[in-house]
Amino acid sequence: MSIRLRLILTLLAATVAVWLSAILWIQHSTRAKVEDVLDARLAESARMVSSLLADRRIDVADASDAFKVPMAEDATYSSQLTCQIWSLSGALIGQSSGAPEARLSEGAETGYAFSTIDGERWRVYTVVNPALGVRVMVGDSVAVRDRLVRDVIGGLLWPAAIVLPGLAALIWIGIAGGLAPLDRLAASLRQRGASDFSPLPAGPAPADLRPVRDALNGLFARAAKRRETERDFTAFAAHELKTPLAGLKTQAWIARKAEDDVTRGAALEEIETSVTRTDRLVRQLLELTAVEGDHLPAQVFGLGEIVSEVVRELEALASGRDLKIVIEPMPEDLSVPRFLLHAAIRNVVENALLASPPGGIVRIGAICDAGRCRIEVSDTGPGIPEAIRKSATDRFVRGRAGVGSGLGLAIVAVAMERLGGTLDLMPECPGQLVRLTVPRDITPAGGRRGR
Amino acid sequence: MRVLIVEDDAVLANGLVVGLRLGGFGADVVHRVEDARVALAGGGFEGVVLDIGLPDGSGMDLLVELRRAGNAVPILLLTARDQVADRVAGLDHGADDYMGKPFDMDELSARLRALLRRGEGRAAPGLAWNGLVIDPGRMTGRMDGRDLRFSAREFAILHHLMERPGTIRSKGELEERLYGWTGEVESNTVEVHVHKLRAKLGAGFIETVRGVGYRVAPEGS
Repeated sequence: MSIRLRLILTLLAATVAVWLSAILWIQHSTRAKVEDVLDARLAESARMVSSLLADRRIDVADASDAFKVPMAEDATYSSQLTCQIWSLSGALIGQSSGAPEARLSEGAETGYAFSTIDGERWRVYTVVNPALGVRVMVGDSVAVRDRLVRDVIGGLLWPAAIVLPGLAALIWIGIAGGLAPLDRLAASLRQRGASDFSPLPAGPAPADLRPVRDALNGLFARAAKRRETERDFTAFAAHELKTPLAGLKTQAWIARKAEDDVTRGAALEEIETSVTRTDRLVRQLLELTAVEGDHLPAQVFGLGEIVSEVVRELEALASGRDLKIVIEPMPEDLSVPRFLLHAAIRNVVENALLASPPGGIVRIGAICDAGRCRIEVSDTGPGIPEAIRKSATDRFVRGRAGVGSGLGLAIVAVAMERLGGTLDLMPECPGQLVRLTVPRDITPAGGRRGR
Repeated sequence: MRVLIVEDDAVLANGLVVGLRLGGFGADVVHRVEDARVALAGGGFEGVVLDIGLPDGSGMDLLVELRRAGNAVPILLLTARDQVADRVAGLDHGADDYMGKPFDMDELSARLRALLRRGEGRAAPGLAWNGLVIDPGRMTGRMDGRDLRFSAREFAILHHLMERPGTIRSKGELEERLYGWTGEVESNTVEVHVHKLRAKLGAGFIETVRGVGYRVAPEGS
């Protein structure tokens, strides 16, 4: 249900409820007042008749004919005030015209009473005059009294019926005006292009909308930053792929143009090298996207198992460069997202192999305590140059000219961050020591970072 | 036509050296800005193929630095960033030409030849001497109404001799032109190719200066 409809319905319901309770209350109080006034009049009339009798202005004995109280016929509230005079012995002495044949009230004492005669309800006041030996009864039709109250209430209801639609219209206009800034905000959001991350116009906004606008602007800024990072990365990746492509194309040209087999063979060898390197670049680009991805559940596995898997994958690289990989025994089990640790270890070992001079040794070892594991990979290469040690984990920062994609340590850094671990680069003499410190058991990585 | 290549990617650098040598250029390669600075200070290059993204700095900075120092050597920028804005920036910073990676080797050679030609103040593409006109783009020649075809190595030697007619080129200098296609040049390679050239052009076109090297014979001889 829209805010607008809800507001209008609530306001209308509240208005009607207030109005109705006002009417009920007025009806109640009017009825009470009308009854008070009419009852007083009844009593007064009865006493008046009684005193007239007492003055002997009307001879009870002669009053065999009913006296009349003339009333205007067209009066709306012809009260049909009716009077009967009874002897104490129970004989009807006289009555007003229009009075019923039956006795108005069975009550014997002075006071008010209700009675029903021929299906019509009466309110009767009886005065007992022992001196004259008569009972004077003055009655009032209850139906007339009710009509009086009804007409008063009717007088209230009709204006309400006429005013309510007008009130509804006013509420509608008021709410529409009040919600207009929301509509404008919606319109400006609707017109936005998918790549428009500029802040919303800073014009005056109602205080209630300002937090929404600020929150939206915050979201736009975050989305813009994310988009920029992704675009930078994509542009970077495209550039990084263009250089090996240029190399491939040039070498292919040479292979085609070469006049001797030696030149052609050398060009084909270069092409193979370049394809291997480009393949690694593409794999690392995908790996980087994957380690940044969601839904990486923790798995229980042996640390030694993952290290020997990595070494198996890199065997060809190692033997091609006449390198030796030494693995220390690691019996420990871990419970972390396997893919993250695998990517981290693989890239560290691959870097170590690429950095090592022919005949070099790469050592992989681990020390674990109850909470964490420290995995150390050392090589006998030249080490990461001092100048780039700080930026070594940035993307496309290469350690050695023409070797590597510049993504390896970036992948390791992201994987370590997601594992809640740390990456330390420590120079050794000679070579480089890379230490990965990871918790042995983590909650799924998704919960660790606010992604 | 000696060209300095400044490129950090090993495969591409190798491809450029070999490719340009096949195209009749003499090519040297360095991988870093610092090395390029040293090589250019030594002089002797008629053109530079300059990559922008280098491990120890930007080729663009080197370009600006060279131009500010008054170095007018023709420079062709080679880069993966080949958007219009990048090209404009490169040319406005003093580059003579601009090619995006990946590029066509034939086109690169043609553009380099054009750059070097302009650097020497010539507009016509060919070189002419003593009745021979050679076309570096196609590695062909024309003499006395006959079309002549040369192998890449023959042409490299001929081209180098005709660039500055009369200048004596040592055997080592000529070997350097051939070096890199096969990795090594046998000791008599230059003699073999000069012999083949003489068979096509007539015995007197290239003179042997004993103990020094070779040159094209003076015009009219």
